[in-house]
Amino acid sequence: MWDYSDKVKEHFFQPRNAGVLADANGVGDVGSISCGDALRLMLKVEPDTDIILDAHFQTFGCGSAIASSSALTEMIKGKTLDEALKVSNQDIADYLDGLPPEKMHCSVMGREALQAAVANYRGEVWSDDHEEGALICKCFAIDAVLIEDTIRANELCSVEDVTNYTKAGGGCSSCHEGIEEILAKVMAERGESFKPGTPAKEEAKPVGMTNLQRIRKIEAVLEMVRPQLKRDGGDIELVDVDGKTIYVNMTGACAGCQMEALTLQGIQQKLMEELKEFIKIVPTKAGALSRATCHP
Amino acid sequence: MEGIYFDNNATTRVDPAVVEAMLPYFTEQFGNPSSMHSFGNKVGLAIKKARMQVQELLGAEHDSEIIFTSCGTESDSTALLSALKAQPERKEIITTTVEHPAILTLCAYLEKEGYKVHYLKVDGKGRLDLDEYKKLLSEQTAVVSVMWANNETGTFFPVVEMAELANAAGAMFHTDAVQAVGKVPLNLKDTKIDMLSVSGHKLHAPKGIGVLYLKRGTRFRPLLRGGHQERGRRAGTENTTSIVGLGKAAEMALEAMTFENTEVARLRDKLEAAILAKVPRSFVTGNPDNRLPNTSNIAFEFIEGEAILLLLNKFGIAASSGSACTSGSLEPSHVMRAMGIPYTAAHGTVRFSLSRYSTEAEVDRVIAVVPEIIAQLRKLSPYWEGDGPAAEPEKAFAPTYA
Repeated sequence: MWDYSDKVKEHFFQPRNAGVLADANGVGDVGSISCGDALRLMLKVEPDTDIILDAHFQTFGCGSAIASSSALTEMIKGKTLDEALKVSNQDIADYLDGLPPEKMHCSVMGREALQAAVANYRGEVWSDDHEEGALICKCFAIDAVLIEDTIRANELCSVEDVTNYTKAGGGCSSCHEGIEEILAKVMAERGESFKPGTPAKEEAKPVGMTNLQRIRKIEAVLEMVRPQLKRDGGDIELVDVDGKTIYVNMTGACAGCQMEALTLQGIQQKLMEELKEFIKIVPTKAGALSRATCHP
Repeated sequence: MEGIYFDNNATTRVDPAVVEAMLPYFTEQFGNPSSMHSFGNKVGLAIKKARMQVQELLGAEHDSEIIFTSCGTESDSTALLSALKAQPERKEIITTTVEHPAILTLCAYLEKEGYKVHYLKVDGKGRLDLDEYKKLLSEQTAVVSVMWANNETGTFFPVVEMAELANAAGAMFHTDAVQAVGKVPLNLKDTKIDMLSVSGHKLHAPKGIGVLYLKRGTRFRPLLRGGHQERGRRAGTENTTSIVGLGKAAEMALEAMTFENTEVARLRDKLEAAILAKVPRSFVTGNPDNRLPNTSNIAFEFIEGEAILLLLNKFGIAASSGSACTSGSLEPSHVMRAMGIPYTAAHGTVRFSLSRYSTEAEVDRVIAVVPEIIAQLRKLSPYWEGDGPAAEPEKAFAPTYA
């Protein structure tokens, strides 16, 4: 059974704004029947103000698809079209207190339905530019198509490269066989063969960031998470930065906490997003991160 | 009411009598059956007894044809890899498109290793074309692996007849019978089946125990090499408690064989008929005339299976679905696709699998709950309008990107 948040369950069991909206003037039909998730979003827009007066949905799909649709309609009602278009798939997932990695595409579908419905209202043609592949990396929810495209565009030739460029494989590492298979396939297209053990490409230094700026940025991220840790009676301090490895000290209640590994993974994720590069966070006192497992 | 468990093809509850039989082997009978002293001796005897209990359930000629493994998947892998190793001059495998991943994923891997795998197709009711099979059998065929009963639909394959044909072509025959063992009377000594896989937890024994039946005289190469356990055919200290449990479960399955095929079948038929009568646009998948007595797989058109399961679960009812979402994959069940079930129905398939512990009251409860769940989800479906599907549903809703 999926680990759905209470919010997802609530929106699934009591979906808001379900069913046909009779006087809709913007309709978006998106999804894939082969994947088993498809959504019709219906908007009633006030022409003078571009305000969404009402939004309804009909969904063929699983629990999280229905919950994402329901959440989306709640989020956009009362907004102008331009405001509504700023709603990202991450916003939808956040509204639902998160989605399992396999289900993130449900929130993507919601976002696309919105684009399609707005385009329909404005008399434009919306075309989808997104293709979804089989989920390879469950830790970071990266699919095969993204990995393939990235390997092709950057002429990558090692698993480490793929991890550096896409994050795929940077967590529990169980998907490395799958990544190697994709590498072998794409490299064969350009007449090369995949050799395990090929060193990663020289990592380009993040543009425009000096070491000092980088460390300041890291500290800023740690500052951001500190209140949360303090609330639980713990704290974190930066010990050292050595290339892609960031050493930290977990103190107070955080040290040795059962959730330490998870906490660190969360911080690592935030750091990667802020620094826009792949880094590894290492606790200096105990090997907490190595205990981290990837439960999708 | 306690939860209603209609997902017995996934796994079964361990029978209390099985647990009772196992318990002494965790505590006072902890010895290693290979040991010379009395601690080990009694355990060795218990394993011998379990082997004979399994032999009887399978109708095997010799108890030495029973090899205890860790699960059905290990039995499957052992069988196929052994057949290839033992006959290096034969490079082809014949199997079906609707096998369990324990076979299909292994076959995909073997293809990468250079073997040729032929996948037999099925028709709309999940039946094989034996003429296609006969044409594929050749001197190149190392092994044929065909399941006895399909885990999703319960549909039987004519494995006894197919084994005869394989034998005539000089090929080995393996069958993944994890769903059939305990529900179908078996008499392996009168067949040409060389290898057969059993999984304990499908017949009220614990998880983590399986059997590979290996007909005497079938050439064999072990998967695990090491100690002399299982006559050197499966090294590794025996899982004594679970072996004892599986023996007891096999004995009980044999006793319950008639019950499974009469009473359990009756309850299944009642459940299926009532749901089909109450829910429009629903149909049975697979071959209802030739299937396991406990399984009913029903497709509910225009809705998605995971959503059905979540709502069933709210009512305490456990079943399973062939939708893509329940497995986190991008396609609905390969079994449904192989039978040509359209996407709008394949995603909405629900498998109810009963056991000898299922009751009439449970069946009645499910019959009462299912129609309203289906109606509730159809209200949300873009393919549905009011009380029926939209006119030309595929045209009424044709979303971007497929």
